[in-house]
Amino acid sequence: MPELLRYSLQALNYAVFMLLVWYFSVAPPYTHLSPDQAVITVAFAHAGERREACRELSAEELARLPPNMRAPMDCPRERSPVSVDLLVDGERVIDEVHTAPGLYNDLGVDIYRSAKVSAGEHRLVVHMNDNARVEGPTHVHEETVVLEPAQHLVINFNSDTREFFIK
Amino acid sequence: MTRHVNPIKRSYLLLEDWFNLSFGADWNPLYHLGTLAFFFFWVVLVSGIYLFIFFDTSIAGAYASVEYMTHDQWYAAGVMRSLHRYASDAAMVTILLHMFREFSLDRYRGVRWFSWFTGVPTLWFVITLGITGYWLVWDELGLFVAVYSAQLMDTLPVVSGSMARDFLAGQLTDRLFTLMGFLHLLGQPVILIIALWIHVKRLSHVNISAPRGLAIGSFLALLVLSLLKPATSHGPADLDKVPTVLNIDWFYLNVYPLLDRWTADQVWLVTTGVTLLLMIMPWLPPKKTGPAAEVHLNQCNGCGQCAQDCPFDAITVQARTDGARWASEVVVNPDQCAACGICMASCHASNPFRQPQKPLETAIDMPQFPIDEIRRLTGKALAELKGDTKIIVFGCDNAVDVADFKAPDVAVLSLFCAGMLPPTLVEYALAHGADGVLVTGCRSGDCYYRYGNIWLDQRFAGRRKPILRQRAQRERIEVFRAAVTDTARLRRGLAQFREKITAVKRQAAHTDPSTGREAGDA
Repeated sequence: MPELLRYSLQALNYAVFMLLVWYFSVAPPYTHLSPDQAVITVAFAHAGERREACRELSAEELARLPPNMRAPMDCPRERSPVSVDLLVDGERVIDEVHTAPGLYNDLGVDIYRSAKVSAGEHRLVVHMNDNARVEGPTHVHEETVVLEPAQHLVINFNSDTREFFIK
Repeated sequence: MTRHVNPIKRSYLLLEDWFNLSFGADWNPLYHLGTLAFFFFWVVLVSGIYLFIFFDTSIAGAYASVEYMTHDQWYAAGVMRSLHRYASDAAMVTILLHMFREFSLDRYRGVRWFSWFTGVPTLWFVITLGITGYWLVWDELGLFVAVYSAQLMDTLPVVSGSMARDFLAGQLTDRLFTLMGFLHLLGQPVILIIALWIHVKRLSHVNISAPRGLAIGSFLALLVLSLLKPATSHGPADLDKVPTVLNIDWFYLNVYPLLDRWTADQVWLVTTGVTLLLMIMPWLPPKKTGPAAEVHLNQCNGCGQCAQDCPFDAITVQARTDGARWASEVVVNPDQCAACGICMASCHASNPFRQPQKPLETAIDMPQFPIDEIRRLTGKALAELKGDTKIIVFGCDNAVDVADFKAPDVAVLSLFCAGMLPPTLVEYALAHGADGVLVTGCRSGDCYYRYGNIWLDQRFAGRRKPILRQRAQRERIEVFRAAVTDTARLRRGLAQFREKITAVKRQAAHTDPSTGREAGDA
């Protein structure tokens, strides 16, 4: 094969290779979020209430314990699961139940869950139950928000004040 | 009978044909996919070191420093950035093609299981290196990658707390960014180099340098692409906003769109499942390999040529154990032996002119097809030849099926590999009635057993022991490379060789044996 033709074919092969490299390095474009949508994320760290309430030990029970372990209250370590749901204009878009992690299920849970919603005004209602001994939500927050396109709205929970807040 | 070739292999060999046409065997990129991947990795490394000089590893400064490189210093750092990205992508293409090649040509099972098995996680190391690279740009794409990577990590039981919450407004600190910088610039490359070292651990004569011409061509192509389509960023990361339309790099970030449809657990399940499936493929089903080579110490002088020639590092030289006068001996590791027979041809004792009256014994032999049997079959085939041009064709079990060429004047003998042919057997055939010897095997640069046809060429050229001696008439010997699909090509090659032998014989008939001059010369 003539050298010129050989090198031309090589150039063609390199061009095809680089075209492939370039194209798939940027295309086809991926639509992660439609331009008319926004995202609401429920994200917080929180330890649920104890699954069983603390109990005062009787004198008899205390007497059976070694002297250095005679704490007046018995508090089981296990924490309640934390359930949280988010309603946007009455429609449930997030519904999560998190069991307390740890060997004895005694640690706090980390919640991070997002939902895509249309931009505009919405009525948000968030419920949380962090106490297995209570039926129904232990914390409720309601708020009307106006979401810009591509806005990232975060619903957080302050474990000290025990209140939801929106950023 | 022509060997059955599955459509995948047939397609791949066609592609090889196309590249052989323009690049030739020496530069055919499909024969150098591994070394090309290494070459692109060096480009990534060098360009990455340059970019690091100008890169600011802080949340506030990262994006601005990349923008400075891309626009203000486009002629140097900008080009380097583009080379960095496109070489990474080109490496991924070559790695995927490398995997496809090994699969389609059935070079991932048997003794090769180790390279395949370790290669799959190595691919993931490459992908994660690319992921952290996109993260560091800290544009909208970087934020997308960071948040989704964190969500993937959060589902792992070994990760405590929530990484994803770090990417909420007001939570992110420079410390995480410094950690990512350290991972991308040092930690991951070091892990990758170790993984690559393990990947080739069970091979000998490992070559990680692409042919110069191919390297120059690839670099020029990358450079042209970098100048025509410089790598650019998306808008800066904004923790209060969610990226909308992204120009993602599908070579590295293809898993992330799945997270918009599936949970992180499901994505882990699929990716882990695919990874494990790929890793166990060498046993689905396992390859049947013949018995390993056997050493006969009574014939071995411990020269170590077979150990040097073994493509899979299965033979080692050790101190003599039988009290013979030689200092060393060789030993075969059966787990690493591919049963290719190359070692048998490496041995000086595999000389069919030896021990003519009794069974031929050599120092390292294949129990399922020993040198004595090869000599016997060669002699028998030669004795049965009829016609004016008696030709014997030595073939290879992994290339074109030489049985198709058997004829009254053509004898055929297929070996495990062309590299299993002792050069003295060619001389033996010429001395025992063959007018010509044609050796065929895998295409140049593409031996099924890695080095069989290379060693054959070097032995015939006198550059590797045992050599084809000068007394062997070169005009009566032909080497013709032919893949399993090249039956027609070999048929034409054989016809040409027959004509050549006829001409050689005619010329010999006209030559005065006493003077070496042609009859009728003054």
